[in-house]
Amino acid sequence: MSTLEGLHVIGEANFSDHGANRLGASALMQGLADGYFVLPYTIGNYLAKAELKKIDADTPECKATVKEVEDKINKLINVNGTKTPSYFHRKLGKLMWDKVGMARNEAGLKHALEEIPKIREEFWKDVKISGTGAEYNISLEKASRVADFLEFAEIMAYDALDRDESAGAHFREEHQTPDGEAKRNDDDYRYVAAWEYKGVGQRPELHKEQLEFENVKLAVRSYK
Amino acid sequence: MNLKLHIWRQKNNKANGAFEQYAVSDISEDMSFLEMLDVLNEDLIVEGKDPVAFDHDCREGICGACSMTINGNPHGPEKATTACQLHMRKFKDGQEVYIEPFRNKSFPVIRDLVVNRSALDRIIESGGYISVKTGSAPDANDIAVAKSKADVAMDAAACIGCGACVAACPNGAAMLFTSAKLKHLNVLPQGQAEKKKRTLAMVDQMDKEGFGSCTNHYECEAACPKSISVEFISEMNFEYAKARATAYRD
Repeated sequence: MSTLEGLHVIGEANFSDHGANRLGASALMQGLADGYFVLPYTIGNYLAKAELKKIDADTPECKATVKEVEDKINKLINVNGTKTPSYFHRKLGKLMWDKVGMARNEAGLKHALEEIPKIREEFWKDVKISGTGAEYNISLEKASRVADFLEFAEIMAYDALDRDESAGAHFREEHQTPDGEAKRNDDDYRYVAAWEYKGVGQRPELHKEQLEFENVKLAVRSYK
Repeated sequence: MNLKLHIWRQKNNKANGAFEQYAVSDISEDMSFLEMLDVLNEDLIVEGKDPVAFDHDCREGICGACSMTINGNPHGPEKATTACQLHMRKFKDGQEVYIEPFRNKSFPVIRDLVVNRSALDRIIESGGYISVKTGSAPDANDIAVAKSKADVAMDAAACIGCGACVAACPNGAAMLFTSAKLKHLNVLPQGQAEKKKRTLAMVDQMDKEGFGSCTNHYECEAACPKSISVEFISEMNFEYAKARATAYRD
């Protein structure tokens, strides 16, 4: 269970033995291992004991959330600009691919942090969505996802810029061994970065969760 | 290449649907069929029209989301290929292409080419799992499974649950789907304990959902993007008869 009562995080998202690495086989193996070993002993047990009370749609929290979602949908539809959600998705995707990909550097990340808000601003001024929020609407669905990407991309860039070392799939070009391998800096970056969202366009706040190694010693992983 | 498309447009389950014509131009032969529809949708959105709704997810032939019948064939003209992996090079410049949703009474249209295939989920819910508690995972090779059986289980498990078999069947039967799901569990040691119960429950649920019955047209096997064999259907019938005939013992 996560720190939120009733919210279980399992499989690919569980964040334990593979660290932040979510590439290919480790993600799949995490899903298989958790499904086989962990799931039968956790969620079933929780559900058997949990008081799953019916939640009234009139609660203030529920009303506030419904209103928030409706406002966002209306805002998206009312932009009524000239460019499709996919146009912005591709534009953001190209920037992220070029500047916040597996190999990234300080200049590229700073450039991305300047460009992402511009794309976001253009999106909210010029996106075009067909139809309404009261029907099965694929362009609204896509636009909602892209709106999220435009916020999350910025946090990814902040995180990549802040972590001034190379580690796993985060390869900061400034930090590599003479033969091009990732060079970690365990003294300064032995922590999990948990970024607190502070609102659109606001710099997220960094919370460091220190990693303590008691039984194993940190070592360099080499595939050679 | 340029194409003339006739696409089934239907606003929702209550509205009447009809074919509408669209022209797409400068389509690359390297595009997938869904990418061709993406191009059309980009144009439609800019023109202020509703884009064509279609289901898609992985776009690599493993999720079973795409659900369109292309020129009369579920998933289109290429054998053993989902619509997402069908390439435009399979079409000729200037060709007319008819695109409609998977047709079946048990697959109500949600919008355009999107249909509700929850009926298949309910068949799985009725018995497509193993609930026997087997303790911790055993060591590899503790339970010996013959290679031939493992291969058959794998062939059956290749079913992605797309529903093309249902759309292809003149009787609207879901027997290829149900038989593949049954076979994949019934052939393995872990599936033995609940074999009878599972077979009865899943076949009964399939009937309850309103799907038809097999009369050996074999259209399902021809349309299946994973080439699931109709042999599984005969075996399901055999296992069902056996389970029904001996049900009094339980």
